[in-house]
Amino acid sequence: MRHGTFKIGGIHPPENKLSANIPIVTLPPPAQAILHLAQNLGASPVPVVKPGDKVRVGTLVARGEAFISAHLHSSVSGTVARIDNVLDSSGYKRKAIVIQVEGDEWEADIDRSPDLVAAIDLNPGEIVAKIKEMGIVGLGGAAFPSHIKYIFPAGKKADTLVINGVECEPYLTADHRLMMERPDDILMGIRIMMIAGQVDRAVLGIEANKPDAIAMMTGKARAVPGLEVKPLEVRYPQGAEKQLIKALLNREVPAGKLPPDVGCIINNVGTALAIYEAVLKNKPLVDRVVTISGKGLLKTGNFKVRIGTPAQALLAALGEELPAGTGKIICGGPLMGKAVNSLDVPITKGTSGFVLVADREAYRPAVCNCIRCARCVGVCPMGLEPYLLERLAVRQNFTACEAAGITECMECGCCSFACPAARPLLDYIRLGKAQVMRSIRERR
Amino acid sequence: MNPTILYAVLMLGIAAAGSAMILFVVAKKFYLEEDPRIDGVLEILPGANCGGCGYPGCRGMAEALVRAADKGDLSGLSCPPGGNETMKNVGHFLGLAVAEAEPTVAVVRCHGTRQSAPQKLTFDGPASCIIAHALFCGENGCPDGCLGLGDCVAACAFAAMFMDPETGLPVVDEHKCVSCGACVKACPRHIIEIRPRGKKGRRVWVGCINREKGSVAAKNCRVACIGCGKCAKACPEKIGAITVENNLAYIDPKKCIACGLCIPVCPTQAILATFESRKVPPPVKEAAPGVQP
Repeated sequence: MRHGTFKIGGIHPPENKLSANIPIVTLPPPAQAILHLAQNLGASPVPVVKPGDKVRVGTLVARGEAFISAHLHSSVSGTVARIDNVLDSSGYKRKAIVIQVEGDEWEADIDRSPDLVAAIDLNPGEIVAKIKEMGIVGLGGAAFPSHIKYIFPAGKKADTLVINGVECEPYLTADHRLMMERPDDILMGIRIMMIAGQVDRAVLGIEANKPDAIAMMTGKARAVPGLEVKPLEVRYPQGAEKQLIKALLNREVPAGKLPPDVGCIINNVGTALAIYEAVLKNKPLVDRVVTISGKGLLKTGNFKVRIGTPAQALLAALGEELPAGTGKIICGGPLMGKAVNSLDVPITKGTSGFVLVADREAYRPAVCNCIRCARCVGVCPMGLEPYLLERLAVRQNFTACEAAGITECMECGCCSFACPAARPLLDYIRLGKAQVMRSIRERR
Repeated sequence: MNPTILYAVLMLGIAAAGSAMILFVVAKKFYLEEDPRIDGVLEILPGANCGGCGYPGCRGMAEALVRAADKGDLSGLSCPPGGNETMKNVGHFLGLAVAEAEPTVAVVRCHGTRQSAPQKLTFDGPASCIIAHALFCGENGCPDGCLGLGDCVAACAFAAMFMDPETGLPVVDEHKCVSCGACVKACPRHIIEIRPRGKKGRRVWVGCINREKGSVAAKNCRVACIGCGKCAKACPEKIGAITVENNLAYIDPKKCIACGLCIPVCPTQAILATFESRKVPPPVKEAAPGVQP
């Protein structure tokens, strides 16, 4: 049977889900946790602790005051060593709270028992406040503060909750493992989100390369009235919100609009779990599941780690050294992720995995001239013309870039992946997009 | 004669005459009165359209000059590629005196070469500083240093810059540089500065803009300014041209007399000059061991 998918563009890169059958292992807290303040999309939270303060797991260390911002909680217990600029994954220094770990003491009101709490006696407003208080952000990768998705603009109403269990990036298996190991908790999360969004319909999309997860979730879904599990064709970037809404509900989000405009709320399965734990167990976002994978590794794995743990700890937990001939370490999936400088970088709320790429695969082929094959146009899921946007951005014709819809680009990288001339399409489009966004902000 | 040819010639002739009439009427009716001095000034300007003056091209500058001349004051306007000679001619043409501006030149405030700031990472993206700057700190790990991808060279309209393949840094040809400032705008890290050429071409500047603590800066680059302040102490007290702020020394070109006293005292040889200092520099320490990529 052929499953549904989105209509325009998309690619099917080699899946390489090497760690799909490896259970999640919980790692102990690190010796030192580095909590970068800029972990969420939007404004960074402001520190409320000072060096020397004692913190426990779940203590609020930074408050997100702005509208689009999220609170940050300590992921470890110990003493705040310093609040300073610390190297992040790009090699630049960004403000971070460094905590020296002593023991593993949790805040008293956090329920750490594995028992499922099934009673929800909160109203939507209380749930949203709780999500905000616990600093939950979207765990799919963009780290968008979750509570904002449930604050609807006046005059708009959601009718459907879309849950993203697609995990369309190659290598990554964190969401897959969560669906296999904690389906009941995820379903409770979905119930809470349905109450918070005041919807009576929910659709969970899972790609067909995870038949075990589809079977598991379909079997359990009966417990949640109104929830439907839909298998989807394997196609990147199906996990992008506009593409997933199109694939599951056949609704088109217009250019410049957001999911609420077509009556949708969209969240990841990992976020559903975090929301369940936040609302019913008082647990702030202090840990997440991270995949470490790569063809050069003998073992791969999925680990539940505290935020602020250095990536090196994942490799150590596998019992492996950095393989000889590693050319690139990518934080996130190989298509949308970013190469990092070293494995010392701390894990943030938005880190979904690390992929180690061998030397021979890490380099780009030589760039040739555009041969007008239009493959980039064919694969662009947003219906843009990447070859044109690249040329305009190289020539710094940003007015024309804007007219050609460069702000609609979500930087999925399909165009660069498909280009037979290996042109740096996305690099220049990103440059042009940043410039156009800046001039739009200035115009306001 | 073949009537077809006759008709064709006749019809085209009528159409041409009609169009000429329309053009004539439009040109007369919508004629734009323009100050004839603008064209005169434009003749004098170099015509490079470099934008160094801050106006869009030479015509923009000519209009600005004429506007300023109406107010009777040409100060604040200068043509970097044309220099004092051009400005004097413009002043003569407009009947105003022009104060002589100090000649300037672009200087590169980074000398972390391939040897002194060894490469730790490889950048495989397009050769563009602005793209690399948005992505990461740079191949040698210095978050402020030159990325070596040549956006400044591409921006130079006077072929006054080139990338030195040995050092991986841009070099300014001071004979060709007109200090238009295009490279200053092109550099995403603000490394290039327009500074006075100095008396007899003698000038001194700090070849580093890294504001990190000395120990951190020195880890990536052995010629980084570590903010030790020795140069500020070496600078004669009544001159006081050197200030150290945020772990970085800066030499004020307006105060500096290019005596060269600060050059040999710098422990990392971060101070650059266009002349040989007569003082003997201290030996350079070995490069700090680099982090494995």
